[in-house]
Amino acid sequence: MSKHARIAWAGAVHRAIERDGQLELQTPAFKGRLLNFNEVVWLSPLPDMPPHRPRTVLALAINYADHAKELAFKPPEEPLAFAKGAASFTGHRAFTVRPDDVTNMHYECELAVVIGREAKHVHAHDAYDFVRGYTVANDYAIRDYLENWYRPNLRVKNRDTCTPIGPWLVDAADVPDPMNLALHTTVNGQVTQQGNTRDMVFDVPTLIEYFTSFMTLYPGDLILTGTPDGVVDCPVGSHVVCAIEGIGALENTIVAATQ
Amino acid sequence: MSAARWLPQGTVYGPLLNFQREWGLWAPRMTDAPYKAAPKAPVLYIKTANTFTPCGGAIAVPGQVEVGAALGLVIGESVLNQASSPAIQPFDAINHEAFECVLLNDLSLPHASYYRPPIRFRNRDGFLGCGAGSVSLTLQALAQLKLDVRVNGQPVQTVDLGTLVRDAAALLQAVGEFMTLQPGDVLMLGTDCLDDGARPRAQAGDRIEISAPGFAPLVNTLVEEAA
Repeated sequence: MSKHARIAWAGAVHRAIERDGQLELQTPAFKGRLLNFNEVVWLSPLPDMPPHRPRTVLALAINYADHAKELAFKPPEEPLAFAKGAASFTGHRAFTVRPDDVTNMHYECELAVVIGREAKHVHAHDAYDFVRGYTVANDYAIRDYLENWYRPNLRVKNRDTCTPIGPWLVDAADVPDPMNLALHTTVNGQVTQQGNTRDMVFDVPTLIEYFTSFMTLYPGDLILTGTPDGVVDCPVGSHVVCAIEGIGALENTIVAATQ
Repeated sequence: MSAARWLPQGTVYGPLLNFQREWGLWAPRMTDAPYKAAPKAPVLYIKTANTFTPCGGAIAVPGQVEVGAALGLVIGESVLNQASSPAIQPFDAINHEAFECVLLNDLSLPHASYYRPPIRFRNRDGFLGCGAGSVSLTLQALAQLKLDVRVNGQPVQTVDLGTLVRDAAALLQAVGEFMTLQPGDVLMLGTDCLDDGARPRAQAGDRIEISAPGFAPLVNTLVEEAA
């Protein structure tokens, strides 16, 4: 029963858990030591993968009815998913790079599901047994680069620094109803996006059943479940916070590309 | 890095429409709905870890599949291998850079539309046959390669790596413009179609062999998917 973080501190990477508003280190040499949130560098809180198996990351497009309307699409009849490489991930309180020439770069606040057990041909009613936990992902998109070939294409969705994730991996047991969580995003303190996971077109158990009907998911694999209505362009300097009730508030700052 | 059983250790990326033959066949339709314009950036997809099948392994299929003979570049530790931003990368240096190269069989279920991401066509369990060993080649040298594809011993396709839309150096640069390939990642150069725009087909019971000079042949047998 805890919230897990992965952090860099004092020359090494550590696992930690949340303890009364502080981080409690799990590393044997420092076990029990408490650190303030601003003393550390936050890394993605994902479990390590075995050395010979890259992490599978599946992301949903148009999985909230209102977002579908916002983008002028009919809600899809089957989950509309694309794959991402893990190299676009960055942690809580990280910088995300906005290219100089773009006019519309927006956050997408998403509930991220971390798989806990090898899963193939899973039925929706058993699906939660295969979930390790949940975190928050901000799956930035740059709409200027959108092209209608295998859309959304990787230049929009798989960019270095453009998928902040964290701060916490929250155990599944601590999230009694993942399909009833309020989520919202603020930009420079202003609420710009509000929704609830109950409005997903395909809920988490349905997504797990769908994917595992043709592919095996392994421990540490990820499903990013899509974003609701209310995405806005974030210029350089924007401080963006994606928050999901009971899971965490993921902070990020947009910076300019270094020339 | 040669080994009896090799599987990718990183993310595997592949480009769609990277052979001149297929691009040429599609070109007249590229401005039609829903595409509305020819693609500017490389159209990339990912082969996830569940698709990896070692050489010699059986691959379960639900029906007919498209055979996709591909050469993959295994990204190494060198900066030239990984970061290919045109701004920091002399083009000529990339062409003389040696890459570990592997043969891959990038299987897909047939799909007529290239509009939406192809997860359920390309990311089925086992759908990437992975050659047994890698061969070190410069990008210049690999452009001379031809891959031969046989199904049950019959030649069905010859893939000419000299007919890419973006050659290996140009593809690395276009991908590196927005994402950094990590050591262990694999960048495939694409799969070609036949003259009619289709790809060679195979089904349960068939033995697919992909070979190229200097490489151990990649062999996989297709079996019926359990109901």
